[in-house]
Amino acid sequence: MADFKEISPNASAGEKLTNWFENRFPTAFYEYKKHMSEYYAPKNFNVWYVFGALSMLVLVIQIVTGIFLVMHYKPDAALAFASVEYIMRDVPWGWLIRYMHSTGASAFFLVVYLHMFRGLMYGSYRKPRELVWLFGCAIFLVLMAEAFMGYLLPWGQMSYWGAQVIVNLFSAIPFIGPDLAILIRGDFVVGDATLNRFFSFHVIAVPLVLLGLVVAHLLALHDVGSNNPDGIEIKANKGPDGIPLDGIPFHPYYTVHDIFMVSVFLMVFSAIVFFAPEVGGYFLEYNNFIPADPFQTPLHIAPVWYFTPFYSMLRAVTGEMMYVFIACVVAGAAFGVIKGKLSALMKGVIVVGAAAVVAMMLAIDAKFWGVVAMGGGVVILFFLPWLDNSPVKSIRYRPSWHKVMLAIFVVNFVVLGYLGILPPSVIGGRVAQLGTLFYFGFFLLMPWWSTIGEPKPVPDRVTFTAH
Amino acid sequence: MSDTPVDNSKRTWMIASGCAGAAGGIAAAVPFVSSMMPSERAKAAGAAVEADISGLKPGEKLTVEWRGKPVWIVRRTPEQLAALPKLDPQLADPLSLRKPGETPDYAKNGWRSRKPEIFVAVGICTHLGCSPSDKFTPGPQPSLPNDWQGGFFCPCHGSTFDMAGRVYKNVPAPDNLEVPPYMFLSDSKLLIGEDKKA
Repeated sequence: MADFKEISPNASAGEKLTNWFENRFPTAFYEYKKHMSEYYAPKNFNVWYVFGALSMLVLVIQIVTGIFLVMHYKPDAALAFASVEYIMRDVPWGWLIRYMHSTGASAFFLVVYLHMFRGLMYGSYRKPRELVWLFGCAIFLVLMAEAFMGYLLPWGQMSYWGAQVIVNLFSAIPFIGPDLAILIRGDFVVGDATLNRFFSFHVIAVPLVLLGLVVAHLLALHDVGSNNPDGIEIKANKGPDGIPLDGIPFHPYYTVHDIFMVSVFLMVFSAIVFFAPEVGGYFLEYNNFIPADPFQTPLHIAPVWYFTPFYSMLRAVTGEMMYVFIACVVAGAAFGVIKGKLSALMKGVIVVGAAAVVAMMLAIDAKFWGVVAMGGGVVILFFLPWLDNSPVKSIRYRPSWHKVMLAIFVVNFVVLGYLGILPPSVIGGRVAQLGTLFYFGFFLLMPWWSTIGEPKPVPDRVTFTAH
Repeated sequence: MSDTPVDNSKRTWMIASGCAGAAGGIAAAVPFVSSMMPSERAKAAGAAVEADISGLKPGEKLTVEWRGKPVWIVRRTPEQLAALPKLDPQLADPLSLRKPGETPDYAKNGWRSRKPEIFVAVGICTHLGCSPSDKFTPGPQPSLPNDWQGGFFCPCHGSTFDMAGRVYKNVPAPDNLEVPPYMFLSDSKLLIGEDKKA
């Protein structure tokens, strides 16, 4: 606690006012310095470093537009669809607020995916930033729940059948699944009770969790300091004043940098909101302009684009695919036993564990394992800090073929996403199965492949050329 | 940490009161979780429904609502019935043996119904709850195998069922379509949701 500070009676009115507040609320001044004017970020940030700030901006857009939408929306199965149309047609500027919210949902995922890719490229999840990454993955997971529940609210055909499919995912869990699905729906089918509770979760519960996680993500980041495109610790080279030589204060340097990119982002965002809010059916699906009908599934249903990579993984798991998974488990266990330098006890554990997994894979339906693959696709991200064994963080200094791996990973993810939008087909199904294997192979084999190849020499100081 | 020795009796009481508090917290969560289960009103909405099939022509389908789910009634044509036994090798569970109790005993036969021509099933895919579409016309068509004999196709994940709601092999759905309890009140009247006289 700071001592009370007297100020000279000759000081200006502004200084007196500042002093008055500083004596009564020093936390505000201290935190401002800690997080803004004296938060030293590496000076070599590139354009990839704006997506964190942009996701904060989109979060604010979603909260503000959401507050105004709730003023007119009715969370009742009989009224919901009409109340959204009422917002679109009769509420003054309602269409703008609604389109900002619906475009904001897609924009949120776009910037978050780019933000995560940045982390993947420069090794931002590596020690000591594991918790920053974990909080970020939790934000991604919670954001998916938020988007999914929000999508039910317009009560269109896609809302209804999307919720029906996703809630039924939980019923695939052995033993507790069917009751769990009833607990989530609050009824035996998706209905008014489901809509009401999803509304409650979407506007109150999940946003509170989301905000808490965002605060944790930022506090943890500011404790360990930002990574940078070179993947080296700027704190290792400090000047006599204790400030990293390659660090610059976040404010004003990066606030200006971010404000510029915010302007660019808002130009694109506005162009979509005003000229193509549906984006050809990708941001708002056409079937969702038909009121929900529990007796008629639309001929083709697909989730919104940001879920489709994981949805493809769900669809890829068929009875045939299970034999491939079993072969992978057996091969993995055999490799561990034959090649691994492990004690006899550990080898026994591996054999018994693999046998148990294979038995479960044979005993439980492929449907359940599809759900496991879909959930596992997200959950596996949490383990990334402990899967990557590469001696260097940044892709800049990793062996060149790691760049190829990362490029294939991105293309694969986009292909999975594209296939998830399409109706099921034989060829598409096979490609999605290959893609699913690659996706999991990329992560599960990372402890091995990330050590292969000769890394390039890492410089002591960040590479930076003044403009 | 201070150097004073730990007072074990105080620590015991702190652990005990902590456990009591945790138990109270869990107990307090029970009403909140229970409030999310189906309400009494939702539970009461499960009464049996009657369906009139006098106007149903061969090859046509009628949908009625039972417990908020679509129930299909199809009057199958002789050709459709004749195709059923030939399909057995392509089906995952042609005799409806999986999970005893799912299919009522009177429907555990080659055509899965009380009367061969009248097929009654819950129109919800056993994969993830979509409502499959009618694909009664045999022959090659998009998303379906070339030797298609007529049946149902789920648009969500591509599961296929034959005209008796039996699921094909190697599709995501694990089970045949559910046959609800039903009985004939007369030749043209069906009661769905009950299968014995109360």
